[in-house]
Amino acid sequence: MFYREAGDFKTSYIDDSQTFPIKFDRYRYYVVLAVAFGIIPFLINDYLANALLLPFLIYAIAAIGLNILVGYCGQVSLGTGGFMAVGAYACYKLMTAFPDVSMFIHVILAGGITAIVGVLFGLPSLRIKGFYLAVATLAAQFFLVWLFNRVPWFYNYSASGQINAPERDVFGIIITGPNAPAWATYLFCLIFLTICALIARNLTRGTTGRTWMAIRDMDIAAEIIGVNPLRAKLTAFAVSSFFVGIAGALFFAVYLGAVEVGEAFGIQKSFLVLFMIIIGGLGSIFGSFAGAAFLVLLPVVLKVVGADWLGWPTDIVAHLQLVIVGGLIILFLILEPHGLAQLWRVAKEKLRLWPFPH
Amino acid sequence: MKLKLATAALGALMAAGPALADLVIPDLSYRTGPYAAGGIPFSDGYNDYFTLLNERDGGIGGVPIRVVECETGYNTEKGVECYESTKGEGALVYQPLSTGITYQLIPKVTADNIPLHTMGYGRTSAKNGTVFSHVFNYPANYWDGASGAINYLLEENGGDLSGKKIALIYHNSAYGKEPIRTLEELSKKHGFELAALPVDHPGQEQKSQWLQIRRDRPDYVLMWGWGVMNQVAVQEAANIRFPMENFIGIWWSGSENDVVPAGEAANGYKALTFHNVGTDFPVFDDLKTHVVDAGKAAGAGDQVGTVLYNRGLYAAVLAAEAIKKAQELSGNADITPAEMREGMEALEMTEAKMTELGLPNFGPTFSVSCENHGGDALVGVTQWDAANKTWTMISDFKPTDGEVIGALIDEDSGAYASENNIDSRCN
Repeated sequence: MFYREAGDFKTSYIDDSQTFPIKFDRYRYYVVLAVAFGIIPFLINDYLANALLLPFLIYAIAAIGLNILVGYCGQVSLGTGGFMAVGAYACYKLMTAFPDVSMFIHVILAGGITAIVGVLFGLPSLRIKGFYLAVATLAAQFFLVWLFNRVPWFYNYSASGQINAPERDVFGIIITGPNAPAWATYLFCLIFLTICALIARNLTRGTTGRTWMAIRDMDIAAEIIGVNPLRAKLTAFAVSSFFVGIAGALFFAVYLGAVEVGEAFGIQKSFLVLFMIIIGGLGSIFGSFAGAAFLVLLPVVLKVVGADWLGWPTDIVAHLQLVIVGGLIILFLILEPHGLAQLWRVAKEKLRLWPFPH
Repeated sequence: MKLKLATAALGALMAAGPALADLVIPDLSYRTGPYAAGGIPFSDGYNDYFTLLNERDGGIGGVPIRVVECETGYNTEKGVECYESTKGEGALVYQPLSTGITYQLIPKVTADNIPLHTMGYGRTSAKNGTVFSHVFNYPANYWDGASGAINYLLEENGGDLSGKKIALIYHNSAYGKEPIRTLEELSKKHGFELAALPVDHPGQEQKSQWLQIRRDRPDYVLMWGWGVMNQVAVQEAANIRFPMENFIGIWWSGSENDVVPAGEAANGYKALTFHNVGTDFPVFDDLKTHVVDAGKAAGAGDQVGTVLYNRGLYAAVLAAEAIKKAQELSGNADITPAEMREGMEALEMTEAKMTELGLPNFGPTFSVSCENHGGDALVGVTQWDAANKTWTMISDFKPTDGEVIGALIDEDSGAYASENNIDSRCN
């Protein structure tokens, strides 16, 4: 009834090709933005920020990044954890070397450095495909973690090999370190997520995204119709690593504050982000958000319900959490192999016809 | 389970009741994941001692203690979540039992004005109270451990280690890397040769490291391991027939979990310690009557008397004594985290006090001050007897090389202070 194209006349090509062609969707999008930017910062506390919102925002950026590579360009990557580590260590080196520069610039530069490293490790993708590429990126994961553990220069020769984020600000507002207010860290990550999502959305529906998808669907056919595979694959690696690097920098500097590479950016992180996009939906920006929300928020919600409300022993809750999250993943993959994004698409189709489906 | 539900419900009621004061102690435990074997007994001991105080004495100074357990799985992200979810309840002191989580919490607790007690783990240079105002690591730290091991070896070798070869096999993480710098300094001082062999998380793969040990034939092997790494290392040492009495682990590598899997072959393995072992102390009788037999023991209740259970108990004892001290200093029974910090800073553990608590000679005597948050750094050695399945103390709590460690602590804490613009306190 409310959710339909009818009556919403588009008089220009720009209107015709907008992201949300349905009026209801468009307003919903503005409402979400307004709540996220205008309301949540006033309600936020340390717990909401550090336990729920920051990890969700940061993992969403990482998931968008990986989705570009895996979902849009079809290059399977298991190196996300390693690339996040590059972003984190680049950010750390920049933060300690140039203390007066704004955090915005550090994070963007960290993303840029990760993009370069990503392109470097993306070079093998020109010769190898599928599972073999997954193994090559796995090598990147292990090499990068080993490198940051092995070379003391990366952690400024500290005794323990940990890196600690010193206090840095943006326009005088503290963003990193323990004294950063919750709303500032939240807004900082939210701004990055919004920009990243906008860039990703617009890249994926333009020429670049179409070449990526052509490579994903059939690389030989794409080459025959004139897509340059070198360019397409390397741009996918660069853009993807840029986002993943930003996520890594935020993960270290804003969210955790202190990081140990093997523990924070190990192989399990790569799998976690990969699961996010598989559950959320490959080749969908919304899917990246949904997957990140699913895997970040669900364990916390289960913990709060089990341990804090019902008062069950914490170990039983932790085990149940694994069972429930694991069970839901299997269930989703059986019922909807294309992820949460597909559920959303189906729901939209149904909504258009509601309440008169015939 | 039913009982736990009942106590939890009671706890919830008490939390909901407006005027009921209580002392909140968060327990950031890990009963799941690869390090659960170490996390369970520690958390059980920690919980049981507070239960004992509640049951026997009605809390501390008449105020009941409420332990809030939160599962971290030894994972730093979950540790942060646990910290944020518990700090609002008036948490008095945090003991995360994880060096990784400790590093996260050091700046956070300082900003939130809550003390952090990292007993025998965490950041060693936190001993310097002039820089780390809210972090305590008494009674001993990793560098004391490293020096204690070398002192013990010096004693065994008549005071001379020159020309000896000592290998360090360590968990390749912040935790495992801690002793390297101290051992390097000590090797310069005493003239032994040091070889550091990292083992990656979680530690099941150690074949190549032990092959290297077999080839290089070091006189002694030291170990900084945790979780499954310990069991594998003891087994590998047995496989290459390395003499167990020359193999010394840090206190986190010296529990029953680590040696039982290797069976007879582990006999004679040694580990450092900063508290006594076994159940031969009066307090265990009270624990039996008031906690275990009453069905109020934490977890499965089968860990009483194991090395890590005793350590958890000792951590709780020190926390309880600090609470008493804080109550005495501030004059009110329902203390705040800031008052708790003052209490920890003024803590003094004497033999008379330990005897009074039913724990004679259980831990070293030490006192904490504004400058010194690490105690007096006394370290003992225990040895495993595989036939009787018991640990015994073979060397009493002895002083460590304060000269070498002090210099390193000043250097590391100084670097932290300048990185974070911290002014020296305690003047």
